[in-house]
Amino acid sequence: MIKRLLKTVVIIAIASVSLGARAQLVVDITSGIDDPTPIAISPFSWSGSGVLKEDVSGIISADLRRSGLFSPVPKEDMLSFPKTPEDVVFRDWRILGTEYIVTGRIEPQATGYLLTFDLVNVFGQHKMFTKQVRGGQTQLRDIAHRAADEIFEAVTGIRGAFSTEMVYVQEETRGGKPSYVLMRSDIDGARAKQIRRFNAPVMSPMWSPNGQELAYVSFETGRPAIFRENLRTGARKQLTNFKGINSSPTWSPDGTKLAMVLSKDGNPEIYVLDLVSNKFTRMTRHFSIDTEPNWMPDGKSLVFTSDRGGKPQIYQLTLATGQVDRLTFDGDYNARPRVSPDGKTLVMVHRNRGTFTIATMDINSGRMRVLTETTLDESPSIAPNGAMLMYATKRGDKGILAAVSLDAGVKYNLPSQRGDVREPAWSPYFD
Amino acid sequence: MLKSVKTGFGLACVFAVMAGCSSTDSEQSGQEVVNQTDIEAPVETNVVDDGEALAPLENVVYFDFDQSLLKPETRELLIRHADRMRSASGSVRLEGHADELGTREYNLALGERRANAVRDFLVLQGVDAATLEVISYGEERPAQMGSNEAARAMNRRVVIN
Repeated sequence: MIKRLLKTVVIIAIASVSLGARAQLVVDITSGIDDPTPIAISPFSWSGSGVLKEDVSGIISADLRRSGLFSPVPKEDMLSFPKTPEDVVFRDWRILGTEYIVTGRIEPQATGYLLTFDLVNVFGQHKMFTKQVRGGQTQLRDIAHRAADEIFEAVTGIRGAFSTEMVYVQEETRGGKPSYVLMRSDIDGARAKQIRRFNAPVMSPMWSPNGQELAYVSFETGRPAIFRENLRTGARKQLTNFKGINSSPTWSPDGTKLAMVLSKDGNPEIYVLDLVSNKFTRMTRHFSIDTEPNWMPDGKSLVFTSDRGGKPQIYQLTLATGQVDRLTFDGDYNARPRVSPDGKTLVMVHRNRGTFTIATMDINSGRMRVLTETTLDESPSIAPNGAMLMYATKRGDKGILAAVSLDAGVKYNLPSQRGDVREPAWSPYFD
Repeated sequence: MLKSVKTGFGLACVFAVMAGCSSTDSEQSGQEVVNQTDIEAPVETNVVDDGEALAPLENVVYFDFDQSLLKPETRELLIRHADRMRSASGSVRLEGHADELGTREYNLALGERRANAVRDFLVLQGVDAATLEVISYGEERPAQMGSNEAARAMNRRVVIN
């Protein structure tokens, strides 16, 4: 366990966040682990004037609850609201079974807020750390998520991913016609905002490794074409306009290349576009469907879907040699692979007795595990800490987003209040 | 082919009787009757015969799950499309689609494979390949919403435009 004292964390103001954006996705936890760690986030003090626009301690509680590894104590059950470690009456919290307490104080700054917060171990009766997070006027939620990251890491040893975001595709009906919106939100679904609206389908959004750009497929030209878009400036560039399919863009781990699928040769093949030299290199030569490439973390090979064996299965392509090896043998439909950040686990869409579920496979042993029980699950996207993945599924006829931990212990849904949502892409860390 | 023409003609007569038609449109060609019975709503459509004008052909063909094989009835319909395309000018768009089952990018490829199967068949029938454009929408543009097999069957299709 990490016990750094008084480490100062400063959030630099990134993109300005639109005020008053309503949360369009609401978390609905469906299962957690059997023995989540009881923790109390005591309501923070506020030394400024007026009322804060966000409930910072409440957001931290919700983040930790959503991880499934914690069971935050409800405010109503707390016997007192300590603001500093010195205020904590350990006996009261031991009675509740609380293992950790977080106390905190929010102060106004010239252009925003400063949160000072402490993590206290109840049974050891000692303070584990005091940290500070600073943020601009619209960044109270960022401050909360950053604090949650620090608490999560101190207790579990796993880096927190509450400060990350996601993009997804939302389909709406406007004037009787379908409208397709590329959306961006916090990873808890809050602060959802539109990146761009399209009259034709948009699909396959993927983050660049530095979190500043997206690549995606849009049909706005009448055909599928690959675009890259800078999220900060909104600058956009069409990268491909070949006859046939232009799909599945995916950035190399160093951000200098984009693997993709082009069918200009007659059927879908994997290509790599060098973003510096603008040169396309064909990587597969097979008459079957080769699609859905994803990079291994070392950038030396790609995993992809191919039906060269008769049914869609996952293969690995070593870039230096062109060698192709089949990875999946369990079941007759395994597709759209994503690789965990440590390169050890594949997640994929797996057909299991006629239903489409999300499964993981340990690459070394080939052991497969089904994570989800719904029937139309697709588009898994792994968190940068490798703890959870977000995917798309259906509830009734409506597309919703859902999350599951890679060990299947934790599950929650993020239903949309508006339209159909699909194709979530979990962002990388922003620092 | 001949056998299904006969069956189709017989069915069309039954439908005509059910719809209370007089015998005035009984000289419709067998070919057109086949077409009308192959699609599912024959009752009203074969009443009107606009003299010499060709009745529009059904322009959607359907496929089985994860399949791009052309069904026998699809081949018959495509032969009739090819007959018209050879004598027509202008280009034709073949839009391939997939149902919601399976992954989106794989379905994009599957939609293209279906449209290619239709294109290749038309080219075998003498249609100039240069006049045929293939585009796949995968599962992004369903003809029918709904997570049930009836909707999915309508979505696994190629539209001839």
